[in-house]
Parts: sequence; structure tokens; C-alpha cells
Amino acid sequence: MAEIIDIKVNGKQHRVEADADMPLLYLLRNKLEMNGPKYGCGIEQCGSCMVLLNGKAMPSCVIPGSAAAEYEVVTLDGLARGGKLSIVQQAFIDEQAAQCGYCMNGMIMSATALLSENPKPSDAEIRQALNRVLCRCGTHTRIINAVKKAAAQMNGTQKEEKP
Amino acid sequence: MNAFQESEIGGESEMAKFAGTSRREFLRNSGRLLIGFQMLPFVCAAMDDKFTAHPVAGNGKSIDSWLQFDSEGILTVITGKMELGQGIRTALMQMAAEELNLQMDRVRIIVADTAQTQDERYTAGSGSIEGSGNSIRQAAAEARRALLKLAADHFNAVPEKLTVENGLIQYGAKSIAYQDLIKGKQLEMDVTGNAPLKQHTEYKLVGKGVARTDIAQMAAAQPYYIQDMRLPGMVHVRVLRPPVYGAKLVSLPRDEVLKLPGVSQLVVNGSFVAVVAADEYQCIKALRLLREKAQWSSPALSPLPAGLYDDILQKGTGTETVEEKSDVDKGLSGASVKLEAVYKRPYHIHGSIGPSCAIAEWKDGLLTIWSHSQGVYPLRRTISDLLNLPEGKIRIIGVPGSGCYGHNGADDVAGDAALMAMQVPGKPVRVQWMREDEHQWEPYGSAMVLRIKGGLDAERRVTAWQTEIWSDTHSTRPGGNAGHLLAGRDLEKSFSFKSGGFSGGSHRNSVPLYDFSAQKIILHNYKGPLRTSALRSLGAYANIFALESFMDELAFKAGKDPVAFRLAHLKDQRAKAVVALLVEKAGWRRDEVGKGGWRKGSKELSGEGFAFAQYKNNAAYCAVRAEVLIDPVKKTYKVTKLSSAIDAGQTINSTGVINQTAGGMIQAASWTMMEEVVYDQKGIVSTSWDKYPILRFAEVPHTEVFLLDRPELEPMGAGEAAQGPTAAAIANAIFHATGSRLREIPLLPEKIDWKKLS
Repeated sequence: MAEIIDIKVNGKQHRVEADADMPLLYLLRNKLEMNGPKYGCGIEQCGSCMVLLNGKAMPSCVIPGSAAAEYEVVTLDGLARGGKLSIVQQAFIDEQAAQCGYCMNGMIMSATALLSENPKPSDAEIRQALNRVLCRCGTHTRIINAVKKAAAQMNGTQKEEKP
Repeated sequence: MNAFQESEIGGESEMAKFAGTSRREFLRNSGRLLIGFQMLPFVCAAMDDKFTAHPVAGNGKSIDSWLQFDSEGILTVITGKMELGQGIRTALMQMAAEELNLQMDRVRIIVADTAQTQDERYTAGSGSIEGSGNSIRQAAAEARRALLKLAADHFNAVPEKLTVENGLIQYGAKSIAYQDLIKGKQLEMDVTGNAPLKQHTEYKLVGKGVARTDIAQMAAAQPYYIQDMRLPGMVHVRVLRPPVYGAKLVSLPRDEVLKLPGVSQLVVNGSFVAVVAADEYQCIKALRLLREKAQWSSPALSPLPAGLYDDILQKGTGTETVEEKSDVDKGLSGASVKLEAVYKRPYHIHGSIGPSCAIAEWKDGLLTIWSHSQGVYPLRRTISDLLNLPEGKIRIIGVPGSGCYGHNGADDVAGDAALMAMQVPGKPVRVQWMREDEHQWEPYGSAMVLRIKGGLDAERRVTAWQTEIWSDTHSTRPGGNAGHLLAGRDLEKSFSFKSGGFSGGSHRNSVPLYDFSAQKIILHNYKGPLRTSALRSLGAYANIFALESFMDELAFKAGKDPVAFRLAHLKDQRAKAVVALLVEKAGWRRDEVGKGGWRKGSKELSGEGFAFAQYKNNAAYCAVRAEVLIDPVKKTYKVTKLSSAIDAGQTINSTGVINQTAGGMIQAASWTMMEEVVYDQKGIVSTSWDKYPILRFAEVPHTEVFLLDRPELEPMGAGEAAQGPTAAAIANAIFHATGSRLREIPLLPEKIDWKKLS
């Protein structure tokens, strides 16, 4: 049954009417017209629909939007600040880390969550953090390079900021 | 220039502007047909219902069939090929920009649209650079010659005295822009093919790793995929597919479904069932109910996997001799060493990460379909057949989807959408397949069996070689036949599947490129239990797996180093160069040369394997080296590294070739190590990623690609060169490390003879 759901996405409060069991993915894509999270499998096996829930990368295809309303939701659509892409987004572009790009949402969201918790991840940690997200084109090597590049830039930036 | 066009040209910062542009503004600004932004197709037909009044420019022979200039001097490249994630848009723009001395920011592209582009059939076989690319390059050279002539007349000078810099033709201190020479007209003269092409030594763009602008769109969550299209008034459709091939509908919970919130229509036509709702999730809930309660009469699927390969060997029909050179029987009987082996591969899925999707709208007697099909024109012919609607009333607009790697559900879902658009006139109808639809219903890469016999002479050279191939077809693309669409077969007045015969895809790359004195290749066709069609590289994958595994087996028998053994049988200089480059860059460290076999370590065993092929024996050369690490305690193995050297002729986009080659290796590693369609008599069992696992990050090998650029030669496609060599290189590495020769894909660890290592 439809109900009113108040949900904070990308720092903005939204009120939507949706079935209480509607997965967050459909709420984001169809009610809020976001393009970041993608439908891939609907059962949390491919990671195409990754979003950040309180900073953790989580699939959005099963959790109902009404339940997700308890979290701060961040999507790929909301990573840019003031028209400037995030360091992770830019690193994926710089490394040309895509073929079809359908998995890129899951990769960038997972990498964003990883780097916020662990600014200097090892290769193994990067692989582990991205393991939930499937890529069929085989762009893995470049994706790992993009995450490393983003990590290096974040660390560089932090150093610069500290006097 | 309108806001929309800027968004394509200016990169992501301009795209942000576009994101804020209202739809109304959008339509007003983009009031002409030729607009080269990938998103435009989303609104194009909505704005321009009279699309049939705009015939495709040119006849394929004229310059303006491929290239058009606008009044701002922006060049639009027009290709009938589709962007599939291979980066073809950027590569084709590079080729045009190069010949016309334009910078990339002055070039746009329109891909696959039956109202705007030439009929270039399918985007397949790694043929887009060789086909469309050459047409565009020739057209650009012709345009350059024509523009120089116009400028020469304008300046009253000879063309040789003119120079061109970014679309500006200069004569001494004077200059004139391309667009000012043609004054709003297009270049309609024929492409003669004899306009001089630019010398490769002058190239500024071709060969460079020009960045794809579409990657910036993806990273910024801009609408890019067909799945991102939202048209005004759009409704959602889910199709209830039968449980198994050929099942007939018996009963449906019709009233129950129609009572569900949001469900507006339930369409039943024979065994084709689809439900319509304004809300996508409510549509999915209706599908769940239908799946739960629909009753079907289902034929049993057979033979089952346990008996599949025997069935293939028994029931293969027709004996087609693909190639015969000298007397193989004589060669084999006289050989001092003889060897025979049988190799197998199972059915594989394409496995697009985003399940297939299409949108169709039937309005004012015209049908517009947005599709990620590999062939918009063949699809149009097929939809025409399906609906008995003239082709002129149908427009198919290519919009990128998730990577397809061949014939997946793209055409089928477009057929679903076409049928449903006719049921919901005036509204855009979006059909999205569910994950299980894609896994279950896409046409698979065919299972195959290969039996190879070979003989060595006293000098340990191959004297005779015979391959027998058993395979189902590798091409059932729709091609105008509605019986090739799933929906077409389920309708009450059903269309029958008309087999186009077994295609040459089965024996692709079965003929060794090596110099053997006698060889024979025989093909047996097999009609198997599962739906099959083109999967990246078609039969080449299994044929090269078998051929290059067998070469390794012969090298071992001969006591030769596998690389040296191959080189001793190769005459083709480009083939030798690719092998040499890979050995130089990636290394080849076997210490048991002359002994062959495997080495033991204290805890883990490592192995390296090598394989080589020239795709289709006439396209890109590719050698692959695989490194494996064996854990004899856990009885598992890992492919730790895949290295490749590739010669795809003249490189158009270096980063694109590397991306395609690395991706080809990883995808093939996944097929080879772990993938297999699972089914039982009730139907396909492997309907999700847990039942059909593919490589994940934790297991993915590191990749490296070494590019052998041949700027002086013709360019060739690079997307399918690595698959076969990768499969064999992995099997050869496992043999090297363990002494176990695995001949049946997937190369699961339990197939290794672990006793040999104890």
C-alpha cells in the first residue's frame, strides 16, 4: 500500500508517495529521477545499484525505501560538489576506467565508501571492497588503478591542507 | 550552437548545465534532426513525429551519407554502427577529425538510427573500424579534397598552396572556414575512393589514446543508458516468459492480477503474456504473481547436461570439409609420434550486467523504438515482419545499454516493446527484462566438441593435423524473421523459427595459421537443446582453445619449448612479431626447456602458459601469456596475471584497443575458469549470478597489454582477438604447473589430478 516516505537523499529532504515495500532503488530512480543506481539483478548479487547508507556502500535493490529513510542516503548523482566531480569520479574518467560503464556506479560508490574509511588501502583491500560489484566487460585493472589514483590524490590533498 | 550540443562538446562541466535545462528548452534548442548527442534520441521522436519526412541523407556513396557540417563548423559523423561500450564513437570521430584536420571538440557523432544513419547491418565481428571506419575515412578524405578545391577557387590559388588548421583553410595570410565555403549546404558528391588519405606520419589524433567523452557522462550519473530514459506518460511493462522453451500457457490468474494496485492492462496473446502499470515496482509485483500462479504445459528439455557431449558426438549431422591440404591420413599414418585429444566447452551466457530494455511508442501511425540492438536496420525488418507494418512506419533509434558481447536479449526485448506499444497506443512503453529473464532467455554461446589428431615427424615437426568440430549455430540474429524473436514464437498466430542454416561462426579460427604440410578441418552441425547465437568471437573461442592446447600437447610430446615450437611452425612475420613482443615484455621463464612438464614448489606451484591466434585468420594478431598459482593444500588455483601482445594493424585509439584486449582476456578467463549454463529437464537452472558465477574482483587476474602499432597498415578491430588465446594460455599454464591437461571448459580445480602432486 502506498504511504508517504520522508527520506534524505544527497543532503536534501524528499517526501514521496510509494508502496511501503518499494525497494529504495525504484524510489531513487523512478520517484526522484536519479540515474546513478542501476538495476542489475534485484537480489543484491551484482552491486549495480550501490548507494551509500550512512556512508557504507550498500545495494539498494532490496531494502525498502521506507526502511532506508532511517539512513542518510547518498547516490552517485550527489557526489559532485558545486559542479565539481568528486576525486573518485574524476579518477575513473582520468583512467578511462569503463567500457560499457554500467557497473561504474557500483564501483565508484564502493570506492568512495572504502576511501572514506581507509584512505590508504592495499590492492587486496581495494579488491575486497569492490568484490560485491560485477563487471562483465573486464575493466577491473583500470578500476583498481582509478581507486589507487583517487587514494593518492586524496592523501596528497590532505597533506597539502595540513600546514 | 545550442545548449545541448555544447554539453557533448564541452565535457562534464557543460553537462552540468544541460542537467538543469528544461525539457521544453531542450526541444526548442534541438530543433533539427542532426544532433550528435547521445541523449537526444530520448526526445527526438517525441519532438519530431514526422520522422519519415526526413530520409536518411545520401545513399551511402555520397560524402553527406557519412559527414555533415553545420553553420558553426561543427562536423557530425554519421555511423550505422552502435556504441556497445567498445568506444566506437570516439574512434570513428578520431578518424574523421584526422582526415579533415579538425580538433576533437569540433566533432560529434550520431550512431545507429534508421532515420539518420546508413544501413550498416550489425555492429559485430569486430568490423566497425574496418567497415564504417573506412567509409568515414574515405568520405573525410573526399571532403577534404572538395573543400580544398572550393578554397582554391575562392582564393584563386592552387590547392597545393593551401594549408588547413582546425577547419580553417589558409592561403598566406588569408583564411576561410569549412562552413563558410559550403554556406549551409552539404557535400553531396560521391566518395570516389581515390582522394588522397593523409600520411600516417602526419597523424595528430589517430593512434592516440583520445579520451571517451561518454565515460564522463557515466561517472557523473548523467542519463546515458536506455534504462535511464524517462519519456512523458511512459508506462512500464513486464513480460511473463514461459518456464522453458516451447512451453504453452494453460491458465493465468487474470482477475487477481488486474485487481493489483496500479495494474492497467494484462495482455495475453497465445503464450505471450505481459502486464502494464504506470509504476515500475507495481508492475514487478504483478509479474511475481503471474510467475507464481500461471500454469504451463512444458516439454521436457533434453538431452540433460550429463549426456550432452555424447549426444553432440552422436547426433552431429553433415560433414562439411572446411579446409583440406594434402593427405592428412597419409601424414598421420607415417608420423613418428601420434596424438589425439578431445576438447569441450559448455554453453555460456553473454551476461550483460544490465538486463535488456527497450522503449516503444505507437503514435499517429508511426512506431518508434529505442533499442540497444546491435543492428537497428535488421531489427526494423524483423519488427515489420512481427507487426505486419511497413518498414517506413518504423524507426529504430540506437541508445546504449549495458555491454552485450554479442546477440543477447536486446532484439527480443525490442520485439516485446513493439508488440506492447501497439496495445498501449499513444504512450511510450518501457519493457525491462528482469535478471532471470536475461540469464534464462538470451541465446547462449553454443556448447562445442573438438577432436584433434596430430602427428610429428622425426624432426619433431607437425606433419599432419586434423580437427573435427561439433557445434550448434553461432548466429540466429533476427535478420527480418519474426520467428527469431522470443515474442514472435509465443503469439497465438506464431512465427516459426527459420534456421538460417549453420553459420561459418562454428569453424571460425579452426584452420591453424601454422605451416603444416597436411591439414584437414571437418565441421559437424548439431541442433542442441538450448537457444544459441553469437557470443563474442563465436566458434573462435573454443576452436583456438583446442588448437592452442593441442599445440602445447604436441610441444610437450616433442620435448620442445611451447613458444619455440610455435615459432618454428609460423611463417607469418606479423604473427612472429607479436609472439616475440609478448616474450620480450611479459617474459617467458620456463626453466625446463626441452623437458617440458611441470615444476614443484614447496607450498605453491606456479605455471605459465602461452597461446596465440590471428582472429578469423585475417584480423588482429594476439598472443597471451597466463600465470597461474596452484595451492595443492586447498586444491585450488588462481590465474594471477594475463599478459597480451596485440597487433590490430593501424591503431586508431590506443587506450581503446588496450581496454578491449584486457577486457577480452578477463571475460574469457571467467568463461574458461568457471562458467557453464546449468539446466535440467524443467528448464534453465542458472538464472542468477549465484547459480552462474563469474569472476569477481578478489579473483580477477592482473592484466597487461602490449600494443604493436602498425600505423602504415590498415586498421582492424580488436574486440575479439584475445578470447581464444586466453582460454588456451590458462589451460597450458595449469598443465605446466600441475601436469594435468584440462580439456573441458570450465577448467574447475576439481578436474586437476591432485594425486600427481602428492
